[in-house]
Amino acid sequence: MTRMASTSIPAIELEQVTIALGGRFILSDVSLAVGNGEFIGVLGPNGAGKTTLMRALLGLIKPSSGHITVLGEQAIRGNPAIGYMPQLRSLAAHLTLRGWDFVASGIDGHRWGLPVLNAARRQAVAEAIDLVGATHLAQRPLGDLSGGERQRLMLAQALLGRPRLLLLDEPLISLDPHHQRVVVELVREVQQRLGIAVLFSAHELNPLLAAMDRVLYLGNGHAALGTVDQVINGPVLSRLYGSSIDVVRINQRIFVMSGGHDVERDAHMHENGHGHDHDLGHGHDHAHGQDHNPDGRRHA
Amino acid sequence: MITRMAKITTLMGVVMLDYDFMQHAFAAAGIVAIVAGVVGFFLVLRGQTFAGHALSHVGFAGATGAILIGGSPLSGLIAFTLLAGIGMGALGDKLSGRDVAIGVILSLSLGLGLLFLHFFTAYATQATALLFGNVFGVSNGTLLVLFGIGAAALIALGVIARPLLFASLQPELAEAKGVSLRLVSVLFLAIVALAVSACAQVVGVLLVFALMVGPAATAQRLTSRLGLGVALAAGLALVEAWLGLVLAYYTDWPASFWITALSALAYFASLTGNRRAAIPAH
Repeated sequence: MTRMASTSIPAIELEQVTIALGGRFILSDVSLAVGNGEFIGVLGPNGAGKTTLMRALLGLIKPSSGHITVLGEQAIRGNPAIGYMPQLRSLAAHLTLRGWDFVASGIDGHRWGLPVLNAARRQAVAEAIDLVGATHLAQRPLGDLSGGERQRLMLAQALLGRPRLLLLDEPLISLDPHHQRVVVELVREVQQRLGIAVLFSAHELNPLLAAMDRVLYLGNGHAALGTVDQVINGPVLSRLYGSSIDVVRINQRIFVMSGGHDVERDAHMHENGHGHDHDLGHGHDHAHGQDHNPDGRRHA
Repeated sequence: MITRMAKITTLMGVVMLDYDFMQHAFAAAGIVAIVAGVVGFFLVLRGQTFAGHALSHVGFAGATGAILIGGSPLSGLIAFTLLAGIGMGALGDKLSGRDVAIGVILSLSLGLGLLFLHFFTAYATQATALLFGNVFGVSNGTLLVLFGIGAAALIALGVIARPLLFASLQPELAEAKGVSLRLVSVLFLAIVALAVSACAQVVGVLLVFALMVGPAATAQRLTSRLGLGVALAAGLALVEAWLGLVLAYYTDWPASFWITALSALAYFASLTGNRRAAIPAH
């Protein structure tokens, strides 16, 4: 329907966008466009602005200059065409509430009144849960589910209202490699079935390699968008990290190294276990040599 | 046999309810229990039980201050808890992780209340009534006020329930969808303040946990369904409050003691009867 008509309009368009938070430039003069139906992996070191970019697309942060357009319209808070999955909070891990009620809280959740579901809303919730294959999980308390199972229900919630753009903020955090793969494959499948655009942020490139169409790498206020070969190379990443970066390929895996150090791995180890982080604060210097887990390279 | 027993029970019940103060107590406890159970469900869901506790302590200073200047303790209680609730909601995230600051204000409030009472002559009776409740001393007027604040709290909760639930479970997503987290938080803590004020009339400011947190936490242990959980929290609070009154009537022990005992009993029973209890929540 509308999807056919809007294929020519990009899902996301940034025109010379500058975003400064707390006196620091998160993005400076960034221009890029993401097409409809594209699966974009969003990467970059901590504090590079992955969450900030998503919050800007959601209209929660205003750029200090430039224009952000989402599906042909200016980025505005409460845009029903955007589905959003924030980083998993610890609260959900201890909830005794069942998954169904958790997902259902998102349907017209911004409207005043009692959270009573009519038949149409119940149907929409059931469809979203079915879409991610979580029907068998929905009756169980959220706190009893594994991290991967909870992510499934979070994804269902993000899909309520049939969004045309899906923003997923670090869905792989604190998941083991197997569940990481399951979540990536699930998102890819749903994305292709619905023909929607996806921004999927992650600390590590490798879990996304098979699924993503293009990669958006953020760092140092800059952004590079392109195919893996165009972006994941020494010159481009050195500019984004502001230090000399080597890209090493071993069997179909790609390691981004700085001075013999796997920078993505480091970022992951820092971030793991944290709640949510608006990409502000600590600008870790990943170049310096700290004690490093000798098993660090053996992931996935 | 059964009919005879029923007759005796009815007879005892009739005798008990012949007294005006018992009728008032049952009505007051009924109103308060339902409000506390429903509001408490969201308080527990949001992990804000400490805020509820702090509000009741601030209320103590308000109530005693009102006595000192010749006002009614209930109006002082309501005014102070409401102001504190709105203030806490407005501060929002700035208060998270500030348990020490809240704790200091909490004890300062009790200290201030003590000072206010020091200047007042009917010291002990008032202090005990405020701290531990005086459900058998509820007047017609108080009952009316309780009904008013109870209705106001429930109606307001009904209006904000959907965004409140959304904001409690998925704050970032709710914010993105246009929910004002701060507004929801302020309104909710104002509602909590009303519930706490009402609750304090029955079990006293020190024991509001018994009706606001106990039944709600028990209900969340027993069911994972939202609607059922809210109903169960209200139902448990009602049963605990009324049964507490009956036990107090027959034993002559304080009603507040029985209500806290029943609340604790139900909560610990739900812990042992539920396999999730084996997993420590950290």
